[in-house]
Amino acid sequence: MINNEIKNSEGISNPPLGARGLDYLDQLESESIHIMREVAGQFERPALLFSGGKDSIVLVHLALKAFRPGKFPFPLVHIDTGHNFQEALDYRDNLAAEIGEKLIVRNVGDTIKAKNLTEPKGKFASRNALQTYTLLDTIEEFKFDACIGGARRDEEKARAKERIFSVRDEFGQWNPKLQRPELWSIYNGKIDKGENVRVFPISNWTELDIWNYIRREKIALPSIYFAHNREVIEYQGQFVAMSKFVELEPTDKISVKKVRYRTVGDMTCTAAVESDATGIDDIINEIIATKTSERGETRIDDKVSEAAMEDRKKNGYF
Amino acid sequence: MDAQIYEVKQFLNNKTYLPLGDRGKKIMDILRFITAGSVDDGKSTLIGRLLYDSKSIMIDHLEAIEKQTKNREDGEIDLALLTDGLRAEREQGITIDVAYKYFSTPKRKFIIADAPGHIQYTRNMVTGASNSELIIILIDARHGVIEQTRRHSIIASLLNIPHVVVAVNKMDLVEYSEDVYNNILIDYDVMAKQLGIKHITYIPISALNGDNIVDPSQHLPWYKGDTLLNFLENVSIENDINLTNSRFPVQYVIRPQTEELHDYRGYAGKVISGIYKVGDAITVLPSGVKSKISLIELGGKPVEEAFAPQSVILHLEDDVDVSRGDVLVRDEDLPQVEQQLEVLICWMDSKPLVAGNKYLFQINSTRVRSILKSVDYKLDVNTLEKDYSPQNVGLNDIVRATIKTAQPIAFDSYQSLRVNGGAILIDETSNVTVGACMIQ
Repeated sequence: MINNEIKNSEGISNPPLGARGLDYLDQLESESIHIMREVAGQFERPALLFSGGKDSIVLVHLALKAFRPGKFPFPLVHIDTGHNFQEALDYRDNLAAEIGEKLIVRNVGDTIKAKNLTEPKGKFASRNALQTYTLLDTIEEFKFDACIGGARRDEEKARAKERIFSVRDEFGQWNPKLQRPELWSIYNGKIDKGENVRVFPISNWTELDIWNYIRREKIALPSIYFAHNREVIEYQGQFVAMSKFVELEPTDKISVKKVRYRTVGDMTCTAAVESDATGIDDIINEIIATKTSERGETRIDDKVSEAAMEDRKKNGYF
Repeated sequence: MDAQIYEVKQFLNNKTYLPLGDRGKKIMDILRFITAGSVDDGKSTLIGRLLYDSKSIMIDHLEAIEKQTKNREDGEIDLALLTDGLRAEREQGITIDVAYKYFSTPKRKFIIADAPGHIQYTRNMVTGASNSELIIILIDARHGVIEQTRRHSIIASLLNIPHVVVAVNKMDLVEYSEDVYNNILIDYDVMAKQLGIKHITYIPISALNGDNIVDPSQHLPWYKGDTLLNFLENVSIENDINLTNSRFPVQYVIRPQTEELHDYRGYAGKVISGIYKVGDAITVLPSGVKSKISLIELGGKPVEEAFAPQSVILHLEDDVDVSRGDVLVRDEDLPQVEQQLEVLICWMDSKPLVAGNKYLFQINSTRVRSILKSVDYKLDVNTLEKDYSPQNVGLNDIVRATIKTAQPIAFDSYQSLRVNGGAILIDETSNVTVGACMIQ
């Protein structure tokens, strides 16, 4: 029976809670800050992978809460495919300058040249898979032992099984069957030389949590997240931005639509959604009403096969 | 009606939630729960059903599983496919690891740890249970309380999960019989008393048909309690956080060392339990050095107090030596500080546990070297029988052991304070987490 005399399972009766209850966003925030500080405490040379997308923007916001007034114990690192939205790149540079933290940019284009890699072909040729090469090279160049990333478990089925501290071997490979058990809030980041750990502080956040947090914390985002007019090509029911990276065909219909981006990746593998949402409240309402998942609606690269993400992760992708 | 059934009816009528009037005031919080049961009990179907009926499944995910179930004769969507993430699992029809699923209602955000129930996966269940405030133990109504039910309940009790829901599933296959249901309750209640499990809620369901998952079932008119989702939304969890015993493991020392902040020295960490106020007298453990809290910062702003589970920065009045791994506690309620620990260990590695071996011992942010001195006994997770001279200790075994640590550890017993009584063992040579310790 539950009444005012309730005791918890440990036989302790709490003082009246008063204003001491934390809501779900406070709890998620505290958990993520705790994880970031574990990275700072356990690793010699961590990095925060920053793309200019909303999830990594939230990571930076959480890092500010975790470490200010101190400096970040890690640089921001961007693996630039060369196919990024200019708005996201501008945002990236402004943010790094504004908070006074170090930004390292490495270009996939340079890796392609240096390693003689083959550029993917096709209509919406995406450098998404080639990113892995540049990422692994960058990890080696700076001897990073931990890379903080903005992946969430609600994004995709393979992500749902990943640990918060996810150990990768020298080849950056993830072995889903050999993951370390992760208990309580205790994180084991112990690794050998050459290995590294991918750390996902916002594992437990959903897309909607991210947006609600952005609203609550009044976090600024790149303009492409809000409805704007854009030249797009309609392709299999999705709208892909017109850009110099798209191979045009005579049958392509180019039109101007009012769109926004739900995720921000490469211009060639991220689709826009038609929208009138110009403010955060409108976006949140649209997300609540939507029937399609974030990646399903906007990621062309996940549609290749049922296990597309699982395979890419095993090869060192985030 | 016999006396036992009467007793069962009595606790069916007990409402285990606050009256409606108080619910509206609640803030939206998070409930983390684990589901225990095997594929055969309909566990994946149950999770699929919760996601589906609470409209947390997106069309593209649904279409993907529809594609996979096309060949089924009945044409029904196989909700179990929603939780089987990896290709190996889909191919073999099993769950090989803990997967996390998310859904929310206006009242609560839910995080489900989906752990497999086969005997060889005690390790995964322990992992999933370690962060759960509630466990749903699934019982197949046709089979009643079986060995597996007992194993799941024992693990729930060892891991000290505050709330237990016994979901009697597949009620459709026993013609929604109240007698069948009541007999299972009686059996379970007897076992729960032996195991010392409290706060049990029973719910008859059919995950496949959606009976009593989100909406009350027309087939179960004799059941007057909550539906499963209703219960999950309203079960009171605010007392699961301990606000009495104050524990603050230091994770990281913030020292900007700039001109205007050259004296700044802040201890970053999470209040894992209790409340800290400016002016509180504190002790640094294990050193025993004393000081007072001079400032608390939350998200860059000074605050009067910090409480669990907030991540904050604490400042001390005196310039004392504090670093990562130290624990700041209030003078009024000190934890134990010992180098010799009695623990229950769930062994999680394929290499066997060897008494006399050295392991790294990590509790929160404190990691020290340790020796596993001796194994006192092995616990049978099906019967609770103790084997005082076990031949070997392998993967999924639970043993009671004595550990000696290189430095004194500030801890509480796991059963009295979960957040400061759980620890892991790390193999120094492979770096793998090989054991989960519950300090006695």
